[in-house]
Amino acid sequence: MPNNAPTNNKHAEISAALKERILILDGAMGTMIQDHKLEEEDYRGERFKDWHVLIKGNNDLLSLTKPDLITDIHSGFLSAGADIIETNTFNSTTISMEDYDMASLSREINVESAKLARAICDEFTAKTPEKPRYVAGVLGPTSKTCSISPDVNDPGYRNVTFDKLVTAYVESTLALMEGGADLILIETIFDTLNAKAASFGVEEAFEQAGRTLPVMISGTITDASGRTLSGQTTEAFYNSIRHIKPISIGLNCALGPDLLRQYVEELSRVCETFTSVHPNAGLPNEFGEYDLEAPEMATEIIDWGKSGFINIVGGCCGTTPAHIRAFAKGLEGVKPRQLPELEVRMRLSGLEACNLN
Amino acid sequence: MTQQIAVFTNVGERTNVTGSAMFKRLIMEEDFEAALTVAREQVENGAQVIDINMDEAMLDSKAAMVKFLNLIASEPDISRVPIMVDSSKWEVIEAGLKCIQGKAIVNSISLKEGEEPFIRQAKIIKRFGAAAVVMAFDTDGQADTADRKFAICARSYKILVEDIGFAPEDIIFDPNIFAVATGIEEHDNYAVEFIEGTRRIKQNLPHCKVSGGVSNVSFSFRGNNPVREAIHSVFLYHAIQAGMDMGIVNAGQLAVYDDIPAELRKAVTDVILNTDPGAGERLVELAPKYSGMAQAERVEDLEWRTWPVAKRLEHALVKGITTFIDEDTEECRAAADKPIHVIEGPLMDGMNVVGDLFGAGKMFLPQVVKSARVMKRAVAYLDPYIELEKEEGSTNGKIVMATVKGDVHDIGKNIVGVVLQCNNYEVIDLGVMVPADKILQTAIDEKADIIGLSGLITPSLDEMVHVAKEMKRRGFELPLLIGGATTSKAHTAVKIEPQYDKGVVYVNNASRAVGVVSNLLSKDIKPDFLAKTKAEYVKVREQQARKKPRSKPVTIGRARDNAAQLDWDNYTPPVPKKLGVTEFKNVSIATLRKYIDWTPYFMTWSIAGKYPRIMDDEVVGEQAQSLFKDANDMLDDLEKAGSLQPLGVIGLFPANRVGDDIEIYTDETRKEVLTTSCHLRQQTEKTDFANYCLADYIAPKGTPDYFGAFAVTGGLEEDDLANAFDAQQDDYNKIMVKAVADRLAEAFAEYLHEKVRKEYWGFAPDENLANDELIRENYQGIRPAPGYPACPEHTEKKKIWQLLDTEKRIGMQLTSSYAMWPGAAVSGWYFSHPEAKYYAVAAVQRDQVEDYAKRTNMTLAEAERWLSPNLGYDPE
Repeated sequence: MPNNAPTNNKHAEISAALKERILILDGAMGTMIQDHKLEEEDYRGERFKDWHVLIKGNNDLLSLTKPDLITDIHSGFLSAGADIIETNTFNSTTISMEDYDMASLSREINVESAKLARAICDEFTAKTPEKPRYVAGVLGPTSKTCSISPDVNDPGYRNVTFDKLVTAYVESTLALMEGGADLILIETIFDTLNAKAASFGVEEAFEQAGRTLPVMISGTITDASGRTLSGQTTEAFYNSIRHIKPISIGLNCALGPDLLRQYVEELSRVCETFTSVHPNAGLPNEFGEYDLEAPEMATEIIDWGKSGFINIVGGCCGTTPAHIRAFAKGLEGVKPRQLPELEVRMRLSGLEACNLN
Repeated sequence: MTQQIAVFTNVGERTNVTGSAMFKRLIMEEDFEAALTVAREQVENGAQVIDINMDEAMLDSKAAMVKFLNLIASEPDISRVPIMVDSSKWEVIEAGLKCIQGKAIVNSISLKEGEEPFIRQAKIIKRFGAAAVVMAFDTDGQADTADRKFAICARSYKILVEDIGFAPEDIIFDPNIFAVATGIEEHDNYAVEFIEGTRRIKQNLPHCKVSGGVSNVSFSFRGNNPVREAIHSVFLYHAIQAGMDMGIVNAGQLAVYDDIPAELRKAVTDVILNTDPGAGERLVELAPKYSGMAQAERVEDLEWRTWPVAKRLEHALVKGITTFIDEDTEECRAAADKPIHVIEGPLMDGMNVVGDLFGAGKMFLPQVVKSARVMKRAVAYLDPYIELEKEEGSTNGKIVMATVKGDVHDIGKNIVGVVLQCNNYEVIDLGVMVPADKILQTAIDEKADIIGLSGLITPSLDEMVHVAKEMKRRGFELPLLIGGATTSKAHTAVKIEPQYDKGVVYVNNASRAVGVVSNLLSKDIKPDFLAKTKAEYVKVREQQARKKPRSKPVTIGRARDNAAQLDWDNYTPPVPKKLGVTEFKNVSIATLRKYIDWTPYFMTWSIAGKYPRIMDDEVVGEQAQSLFKDANDMLDDLEKAGSLQPLGVIGLFPANRVGDDIEIYTDETRKEVLTTSCHLRQQTEKTDFANYCLADYIAPKGTPDYFGAFAVTGGLEEDDLANAFDAQQDDYNKIMVKAVADRLAEAFAEYLHEKVRKEYWGFAPDENLANDELIRENYQGIRPAPGYPACPEHTEKKKIWQLLDTEKRIGMQLTSSYAMWPGAAVSGWYFSHPEAKYYAVAAVQRDQVEDYAKRTNMTLAEAERWLSPNLGYDPE
């Protein structure tokens, strides 16, 4: 890495930890909530009982209407051994909240979600100070795509602009910082231009806040073609976002560990910074459930650890505290991936990487 | 999947409007499908990065960049490679970066305007994660020596890497490739300086890259592709050894170094390395030997110079070439008995060929005008000799032409004049705003054969009627020609022809003029021709008479009962952000040309078709492209010289509707009336629509509403510029400058209307329309102009002049007929209501005209005169 990566205490502290051991990220929030079979009125609570649109499925809103449920889920993952937990803010940007006509609540949901995670993390850290727990403030991809037209007949059309995404991400980032996040995690990137807007917004927010946090970035390889939804290969994706000098770059969601393995390996080879992975518990079955059991999934994950591919690992859709516990246990004492020394080159990309000498 | 690029990176240059005429045309015509094909082929042919540039004055570069990049994103065959966003405009670069998911390259930034913008731009590029081309350019200019190249690059590098943390591997220096062998001694060492500068940059500035636009170096040999290709190869051979990493190159324009014939390679190498002062000259001498096709073309180009002189003159006339006209004319004169024979002989023969080709549709009007320019030059050359011998030339006939009193428009009349002169008619052009008496007296004094009248605004129609009556009263025998934009066969037949019985002929366009004139001047044909025309007009009159009751008139009372009902209870008219009068004296041609609607420009030249499609038309496409280029060259010249300054003024005022009038107030208290704008209501029976009146779009008293006015001109210098061309016998540019000024005035009106909507009135701050959408009027509000269908009465313009103090502020004037001077001018009213739309008042009846006369303080007769084109009844 060039020498001017953002530095602050959190960055140094987490970097130091990452050199020592593989850090464990939590599992899925969404599928954990699904298991509670909540109904419309559970989402509404007292405060939104008269809201003018249906809001069932707005999981992030539960940070306001059922905060105890969210804290319980965080707590479950922390007990299982997670070092880093993700805030319940995957859809909390103003853009995604528009789907429920709740854009104006975006800030509040981000702040409160971060506070919930902060509080429970601090509780666990107080119990075992030798294993500090961290809050990753999550910025999701939003429901819009900046480089793909939603209309096949009009490939030049876009349903969101870069500027609009930046505005939304600045707002979310500032709120997550206010709520006490230790890191910012830009995740489930299926369109790299959205991620660029997110990172652009994060930097803008840092500038406004007058301080920086370490940033984690995680892209999504959507299918067996090995590309993001917007068509980039893993390395092209890496070249597109390495300029923000994140503490880690990784892959998550979409695929189970078996199919993801080759891309994790490729990323591990090309990436100058720490790597993270949080795959799904397999592909969804015919009932839309993820049924890769914890021991089975852990076998693969532990092998990645031993192969030196990863620095941070957790789970995405379908993973439970049982999965996280199995990862944590199996990776105990396994040496983390060493950062490779890469040649300094101009690393351009289109859909494919183009590294000039 | 990684492309491991060895040695040299080839940046594709075909998707650059400044470098590729074809790509430019595709983009201008919005043929994005084909433009994508250009990009795709480039990638298929091995471009490792594609440069995209939309810097074209006539384009909304930002919109074109965004559109094209968005389309590319959906084409995996293209978007697999990295993109170089190329623009001299920062906003275009920034907009481009917002559309690219991959890691791109910005082309370019530099210290040209100092450190502040350089640092600001570099920081933004860094935040987007793009690499950047950095030009060796600072506030002293582009670096031309190796020392300066290195010094500027080193300084840029330090700022980028040390001060703002820009990754050094993301910097590409462009140390400026300049043309060599230009014949100017100072240029001889340019290639050496580049190569040496590159070597030092690569040795001293770690991880950076060096690039350049390779084709510049061979610029002096354009037209000779084999030699250019050899120069590119030899240059790259040495520059790459010095460390050049990448370049903007047309891969098709690269010779294989080893395939270059030894003799040529040696000569080129001597030039590139500047071995001795004679190197350039040696290559220039050697070049034709290797020019292949290019050489054959050039020989053919000038082959006509070997023809007999009469043929040469004909060729020059047909092709519009003035280069050799003096020497060829002199050659003829020396051989002729009398100088006048040169005109009557070879020159007229040549012009007859032009006339035949024109008549057969094989030449177009602008070409004919260029031919006329050649003819005029030749005649001007001969003039002193003819003068010496005191001879009168014989012509086919003499025509007095004028734009009638009260009107200043003369583009069409000038074109007719030129066409007639080309056919050896003597034209006495009296210019614009010519009173009837002067036209008639000149015709008598000059013993003219025909009188031609022209006009554009509707009051000119009446003035033409007046001239016809005067001709009858004074016992004229000459035929009268009628032409101009608002004239018509119907008007001529119904209103003018009955006033004068010695022949009145409507000429609908310039190309018809010669036929009509020659018929009228032929003793044999004239009686038949006039009889036929007369019979035709009788028929037109009968048709007109039958047509009248097409839609039934209603009383003005009933029309008012059916006024448009706007819901003022649930609508709050927008309050202007800036009330009062604002002048616009510094709007540049560069700004306005983006707003030009080109279609009417082609109509001026009698070429029919919609822009931009017309540029591709099978028949007139080539001609349209040439006309378009000439207009843009003219705009470039005017812009550079600052010789035409567009001027405009707008005003926004509190106003309310009172009946069919709009009261305009001095201020928000709405107590003192500044002036009252009077309007007319449609007065035919309507079933599905309202009987519209513009006043309906303004709220009645009680609801605060607003109203605006504007006046713009292409520039007060218009006439002087045209006269200067006239003095050089350059009719083509005389017409061109007026046509261009006219387009600028219209563009200015469009531009100001947008400003008003977005800023000054501000009811549509977020509007973002492309020029074609502006032309289609896809916006809220209207700007109807007095004299046009929605408010057809011209005298209302004086209220605009009064409200805006137009003459004092920007020098525009009104004639006695309420035509605007200069001719390139637009004025009108602004309405903001979303339901406001354009329509035609059409025929009005006596009851409304009587009421209107009262409201405007005119007598009934005066009102009827000003409204004569709209009268639905016969006045007393």
